[in-house]
Amino acid sequence: MQHYNMNLNLKVWRQKNSKTSGAFETFKVSNISSEMSFLEMFDVLNEQLVAEGKEPVAFDHDCREGICGMCSMHINGRAHGPWSKNTTCQLHMREYKDGDTIVVEPWRADAFPVIKDLVVDRSSFDRIIQAGGYISVNTGNAQDANALPIEKQQADDAFAAAACIGCGACVAACPNASAMLFVSAKVSHLALLPQGDPERKTRAFNMVNQMDAEGFGSCTNIGACEAECPKGISLENIARLNREYVGSMLSGSAVEGLQQ
Amino acid sequence: MPLNSKIPAGPIDAKWKTYKATCKLVNPANKRSLEVIVVGTGLAGASAAASLGEMGYKVKAFCFQDSPRRAHSIAAQGGINAAKNYQNDGDSTYRLFYDTIKGGDYRAREGNVHRLAEVSANIIDQCVAAGVPFAREYGGLLSNRSFGGTQVQRTFYAAGQTGQQLLIGAYQGLERQVALGTVTMYSRHEMLEVVIIDGKARGIIARNLVTGELERHFGHAVLLCTGGYGNVFYLSTNAMGSNVTAAWKAHKKGAFFGNPCFTQIHPTCIPVSGDHQSKLTLMSESLRNDGRIWVPKKQNDTRKPVDIAEEERDYYLERRYPAFGNLVPRDVASRAAKERCDAGYGVGSSKMAVYLDFGAAIERYGKIEANKQGKHNLSKDEIIVLGKAVVKEKYGNLFDMYEKITGENPYETPMRIYPAVHYTMGGLWVDYELMTTVPGLYALGEANFSDHGANRLGASALMQGLADGYFVIPYTLGNNLADDIRTKAIPTDHPAFVAAEKEVADRINKLMSIKGTESVESFHKRLGKIMWDKCGMGRNAEGLKQAIEEIKALRKEFWSNVRIPGDIDGFNPELDKAGRVADFIELGELMCIDALNRNESCGGHFREEYQTEDGEALRDDANYMFVSAWEYKGDSQYELHKEPLNYEVVHPSSRSYK
Ligand SMILES: Cc1cc2nc3c(=O)[nH]c(=O)nc-3n(C[C@H](O)[C@H](O)[C@H](O)COP(=O)(O)OP(=O)(O)OC[C@H]3O[C@@H](n4cnc5c(N)ncnc54)[C@H](O)[C@@H]3O)c2cc1C
Ligand code: SF4
Ligand code: FES
Repeated sequence: MQHYNMNLNLKVWRQKNSKTSGAFETFKVSNISSEMSFLEMFDVLNEQLVAEGKEPVAFDHDCREGICGMCSMHINGRAHGPWSKNTTCQLHMREYKDGDTIVVEPWRADAFPVIKDLVVDRSSFDRIIQAGGYISVNTGNAQDANALPIEKQQADDAFAAAACIGCGACVAACPNASAMLFVSAKVSHLALLPQGDPERKTRAFNMVNQMDAEGFGSCTNIGACEAECPKGISLENIARLNREYVGSMLSGSAVEGLQQ
Repeated sequence: MPLNSKIPAGPIDAKWKTYKATCKLVNPANKRSLEVIVVGTGLAGASAAASLGEMGYKVKAFCFQDSPRRAHSIAAQGGINAAKNYQNDGDSTYRLFYDTIKGGDYRAREGNVHRLAEVSANIIDQCVAAGVPFAREYGGLLSNRSFGGTQVQRTFYAAGQTGQQLLIGAYQGLERQVALGTVTMYSRHEMLEVVIIDGKARGIIARNLVTGELERHFGHAVLLCTGGYGNVFYLSTNAMGSNVTAAWKAHKKGAFFGNPCFTQIHPTCIPVSGDHQSKLTLMSESLRNDGRIWVPKKQNDTRKPVDIAEEERDYYLERRYPAFGNLVPRDVASRAAKERCDAGYGVGSSKMAVYLDFGAAIERYGKIEANKQGKHNLSKDEIIVLGKAVVKEKYGNLFDMYEKITGENPYETPMRIYPAVHYTMGGLWVDYELMTTVPGLYALGEANFSDHGANRLGASALMQGLADGYFVIPYTLGNNLADDIRTKAIPTDHPAFVAAEKEVADRINKLMSIKGTESVESFHKRLGKIMWDKCGMGRNAEGLKQAIEEIKALRKEFWSNVRIPGDIDGFNPELDKAGRVADFIELGELMCIDALNRNESCGGHFREEYQTEDGEALRDDANYMFVSAWEYKGDSQYELHKEPLNYEVVHPSSRSYK
């Protein structure tokens, strides 16, 4: 692979905190290697800003391996940038060429308020999980793991849904800022496993309710979420969530669950 | 003060059973008035916080990420060990215990390691019950793979995302307790001080990373589950935020630091591509199940790997270690790669890499698959197509990750890999109950030093983190808190809280007031270079002495010339990083002191002066069969305490994988 260096123009969203309004600021960075990751390019920008005595651009990141779900940049109009099934931290600069202009914004959604610059507050996702995204089993109560065989295909499907990294790109990509893909991934993971069965009736109902309470929009089957999801979480999960949701409404047990 | 490891008396397989049967308990009503602080919500912290919450304790949990689901444990790839013997290949509690002791090069405690092996099977049961989707066979039962340093298949996995699936399982259990009100979660908070009252840990000072405010939190006990300190080397496979700050603050408040120099360098990582490199990416050890490691037989061979014929390749691990081949333990594999590259056989543009080749595995799996499908006249190309599909199912996400980073397709051309800093066996010294030398202060998971000796076997860190959190601390904490049931919550206007908060505030103000010219990042890189060059894969007395002086000078420079932009009262990642780097600098010095003191080679600690004729590590059991526990005595002053290691069951021998 041929490596090269490039100079770039960056238009980056700057916002002091959730109480102030933000605006774009333009920067130039030079000698960016095609071998760098996108976040390493931001490291270069930030080092440059520190050297100039300015405040660096705040952005979330941790693993830089595409698994923690912390990084969250909206790049040239796309959540996590142009590569499919990819996180911001795994995007590499060989995607760009000398002279390119790159626009970088935070996730935009009412339920993800901006904390600073490109950093948003995604604690709403934790609260959705609190509403039912678990199996109620206390430590020490488990039977032998192989006492419960699970068909391979079903286990693989549960795993595929459980691969969601909770990044929020689906919300950022959705014109309605709906969190359906995220919620459906968790509901599917647990609904596909026999261990998840006992709480199935209340789970979907309670998690969807919490999603609404957090101010996420509703799903109108646009599919932008699936297209931008770094982990390939499929729309089939949303269909499954809808079935689970209807099932819990019909059984009425969700409503009882709520009243308790 | 003599160190008391509190290992229960009795035969090795009765110690933990006896402990559990005789330890003190706290009744449910009393648990409700006992408060526990859990710092860190990785596998160790999330499992501990959830379990203690379920038991009825009032728990406060802290993490610096925006959600507990993002702790560094999420990045673990290959798997988790457990002595289930599901494969009927001769595994047992004893064998897992034995492998871990031997793998640790006889520098771990027998009592702790045996307990770890005993509870390992329950971990798998617990995780499956909580919905962790481990890989399964067609019959619906759990699948296993092999990992380095063992000859059985005891590793459970979920593709190359085992840590993710385990952490999500523990996280969901934690969120359930948050919903039930037994655990209060403080995300984007960083613990910056332990508060000690009447000799006991009674709380912490934490900084709210969004607002910059300092907060005081009381707890009857404090658990540090804050992970490892590999980032002292700047470049490592750890997440960017992984740090030593919590452990270091505890150390400076009286907790001894155990074996700080025991660092694990992982043999298979994507090599450094340039000065811009911010972290290194692991290619899971599970790949060594199927990948074969080689370099050209000719020095400075610049041909493409496909143009190098089979007989011109040196499969050096298979050559040197026929019994374990590509599955030798990590320390051995890393040193062997370094040896080849230093001798001029390295590949790639930097010449600091070796090949990890899946060609043979793809062909082998392709043939098996063709047989399964009853296709017996396939061409080689058709077989390779089938084989690639099998390899994709096993390692697809790792191959994708490799391709994204390097732009090369590992299904077509061998991966280039090189060793990188990965894990720290050293950590806060703890006794059998996971308590540090500060009463009431505990350390769990990678943050403690306890179970891996001088080298950790693959797939054993996840096991240890969950063992500590799910199965050990629920007992050992109760045994100690039973004496505390009359202690009322201490109000946080107590002078000890006030003083601790002031200490933290003063330090932050001092950092911000330096207003120098060099960035935090730059200091961190410089520290990393000293550590990697002089306290990395090979160490010697002269280099370590130099390193100590260089680090002292770096520290002075840092405190007079670091530049931290932004404000104290607000979101300021540069300030967070500055505090962490300042602690890393101090830790780096202690690591070098420890490495210099240990005049032997063992596990990941390779002192060049102490090696056999064929370059293997030369242990000195007569003089160094002890844990080094360092006590902080003031600026750059540390006192060594030795905890002798007694091997009653496994008799130390020279570790051979040949
Ligand atoms: C790339 C990679 C792959 C790995 N693969 C495997 C594998 O396949 N098998 C295996 O067994 N092991 C593996 N390991 C090792 C294993 O993942 C770790 O050792 C283990 O996950 C550590 O867990 P932990 O709970 O101790 O700490 P961590 O998961 O690191 O969690 C630390 C927690 O502490 C918090 N924290 C830290 N400091 C503070 C502070 N001052 N204030 C507040 N909170 C703080 C963090 O927010 C976080 O929640 C791998 C490691 C890496 C780097
Ligand atoms: S569904 Fe996909 S895009 Fe949405 S949070 Fe999960 S991984 Fe991210
Ligand atoms: S930084 Fe972890 S997914 Fe990008």
